[in-house]
Amino acid sequence: MFKILLAEFLAPGIKRFEIEAPRIARKQKPGQFVILRLYEQGERIPVTIEHSDPERGTIRIVVQSIGKTTNLLNSLNAGDSILDVVGPLGKPSHIEKFGTVVVMGGGVGTAMAYPTAVAFKQAGNRVISIVGARNKELVILEKELRAVSDSLMLTTDDGSYADKGFVTDKLRQLIDNGVRIDLVLAIGPIPMMRAVAEMTRKEHIHTVVSLNPIMIDGTGMCGGCRVLIEGKSEFACVDGPEFDAHKVDFAVLVQRNSMYRAAEQKSMEAFQRDTASQIEAVRAENKGACAAQGDRR
Amino acid sequence: MSDTIKQPTKQPSLNPLPLKERMKVPRQHMLEQPPLVRATNFTEVNLGYSEELARQEALRCLECAKPVCVTDCPVGVKVKEFVQLIVAGDYLAAAAKIREDNVLPAITGRVCPQEDHCEGGCLMGKKVQPLGIGYLERFVADYEQRHLDTGNLPKAMPTGKKVAIVGSGPSGLTAAGDLIQKGHQVHVFEALHEIGGVLVYGIPEFRLPKQIIRQQVDYMRAMGVVFETDVVVGRTVTIDELMENEGYDAVFIGTGAGLPQFMGIPGEHLNGVYSANEFLTRINLMHAYEFPKYDEPMIDFRGKNVAVIGGGNTALDAIRSALRLGAGKAFILYRRSEAEMPARIEEVKHAQQEGIEFQVLAAPIEFLDDGKGWLAGARCQKMALGEPDASGRRRPVPIEGSEYEIPLAVAVIAIGTSANPIVQSTTPGLETNKRNYINADPLTQRTSRKGVFAGGDIVTGSATVILAMGAGRRAAKSIHEYLTTPGPW
Repeated sequence: MFKILLAEFLAPGIKRFEIEAPRIARKQKPGQFVILRLYEQGERIPVTIEHSDPERGTIRIVVQSIGKTTNLLNSLNAGDSILDVVGPLGKPSHIEKFGTVVVMGGGVGTAMAYPTAVAFKQAGNRVISIVGARNKELVILEKELRAVSDSLMLTTDDGSYADKGFVTDKLRQLIDNGVRIDLVLAIGPIPMMRAVAEMTRKEHIHTVVSLNPIMIDGTGMCGGCRVLIEGKSEFACVDGPEFDAHKVDFAVLVQRNSMYRAAEQKSMEAFQRDTASQIEAVRAENKGACAAQGDRR
Repeated sequence: MSDTIKQPTKQPSLNPLPLKERMKVPRQHMLEQPPLVRATNFTEVNLGYSEELARQEALRCLECAKPVCVTDCPVGVKVKEFVQLIVAGDYLAAAAKIREDNVLPAITGRVCPQEDHCEGGCLMGKKVQPLGIGYLERFVADYEQRHLDTGNLPKAMPTGKKVAIVGSGPSGLTAAGDLIQKGHQVHVFEALHEIGGVLVYGIPEFRLPKQIIRQQVDYMRAMGVVFETDVVVGRTVTIDELMENEGYDAVFIGTGAGLPQFMGIPGEHLNGVYSANEFLTRINLMHAYEFPKYDEPMIDFRGKNVAVIGGGNTALDAIRSALRLGAGKAFILYRRSEAEMPARIEEVKHAQQEGIEFQVLAAPIEFLDDGKGWLAGARCQKMALGEPDASGRRRPVPIEGSEYEIPLAVAVIAIGTSANPIVQSTTPGLETNKRNYINADPLTQRTSRKGVFAGGDIVTGSATVILAMGAGRRAAKSIHEYLTTPGPW
């Protein structure tokens, strides 16, 4: 059982939690993630670690409400608990002094990119961050990223904040202005990562993306998270989640992520019909489990 | 054969039947759900022996002077003695007798390939059906579960030594159970959210109910074993950290053969193509067959063509699960013939009764796309059997020009697993072989790292529950020696 110490919305539908998880906090490195299971009947989903504090024994995760599980999770608050949190999973980001690194975050992907941006900066890189969101309200971690970036660019799809357009427009500008880019890290929605990959492929700029396929165990055991990398199956949970963007088959990723759409919709509709009581049920169940817990977690 | 039968037993037998009469008693059938009923549910197929059936079956035992059933058992269960206790009607004593060598009797009684071990060695099997040792083991284990008070199990004198067990599958649980009885502190780390490893994620409810595993694990808790879930050793904490920072005097690695093997043929990434591990994990660990009561989804199997590729127990578990999800046509595609299938005899029989079709001497060479990224079928090739290969089984050889296509909505690949690298890659100095399995001494289970032992599938590659348990036993014995007798590594 993992206790939620703090919970706050960063934007509508995007919530940040601080969770007591001392083992994970001691080991987490940028680029890694956790898998969590909310309650006994819950599914296991991979979630971004935005920050960890080994001294306090806590990690911070950032979650966007999309389906039933994320909506349920984002209904929880400080004092509530999550049944299972396991990690840190995946290979850490490869950090070294590359020179100039462009860190691109799309939507909630910005939270995943943030700790790696910090590490790039600490390794002596010049960090240019590009953050994009659908609108002003959905821009997250602007202040945090600005603090670790040599420069920060912002776009919104609708122009309600900063420049109207996409993060790729800003990358184009940098390239056209002759900025020498040694590495691009792009984390966000699949269409965004794919567009970045297409742009940098032509420019021969090494580009890394962090992939988010459907996962279950997160230890390499099930193979459900397999992605096609240069025509070969690799497991995002143990071989990734970061991959060379120019080798990723994004079409297969989109296709595989759609596998359970019908069931996911059914779950979501049932949840929406009866939101309050389902949230209460999770709270009560975890409280009971907390009291009855025989094993350490 | 008759010589052996006439050998006098040392102690007076409690069995009222003369030896000759025992051979005339037929093997007692275990009650089971009717095939067409069970094919639609996930509850257990076998229903167990009644006391009468168990006594009747136990009476068949010839009480050999040198029981092969005991020497053929990887953990050395004292079969003759526990069967005699059943004859005597003392079922709790029979259970305790099994527990001297096997801490998971309710599990092995259900999933052990008895024909390869105890029952395979049974002398009676040469003339009539062997003694139903697995059924009897299951009977006493279930009886114990219903009647034993685990509130005051005897505790061994504490040694003050701490042992970490990595992985809560059959080898880890066995090692834990043996070590706690020696008085060591035992802490089991499990990566998943439930204790049991492959017993929980791999073996379906209809063959091994989760409740049975929970009961066996609760028994170990009552013995004093501490379990910690959600810890991926190698990621959450390393072996070195366990020994240096957390004070463990020895570590046993029983992480299993985790990584699913794929075939490397075109179309494996299509929606509808699963590894057996994923398919079974969704069903067993995540309860996807109970969607939407449980959140984990499963694609709709109703009326669809489903094939499982492979011929082992995992393949049969997968195809029988598919049938229970409502598959219209469920079949096994196996590249050798039925004689080479490694699955338990009982599972093959049960599957056939349930209507599973076996297409042997055939293998897919390509999965076909429906144009939208979903599986539409497989192109297969027929096989003939050639010379025996390294496994001793005849090697399948493709027949030129024999390709044919079959329509399929779901394909599950159950052709085996390979070593999960997480522990090996994060434990400096831990030697592995070419296939990245951990090198461990076959008798002591010692690895190249002082104080670190390993056993089960992570050493041998995919094997059976009972062989992993045997390794766990050897490791526990060896760890106890290491902790109590100083000496060179």
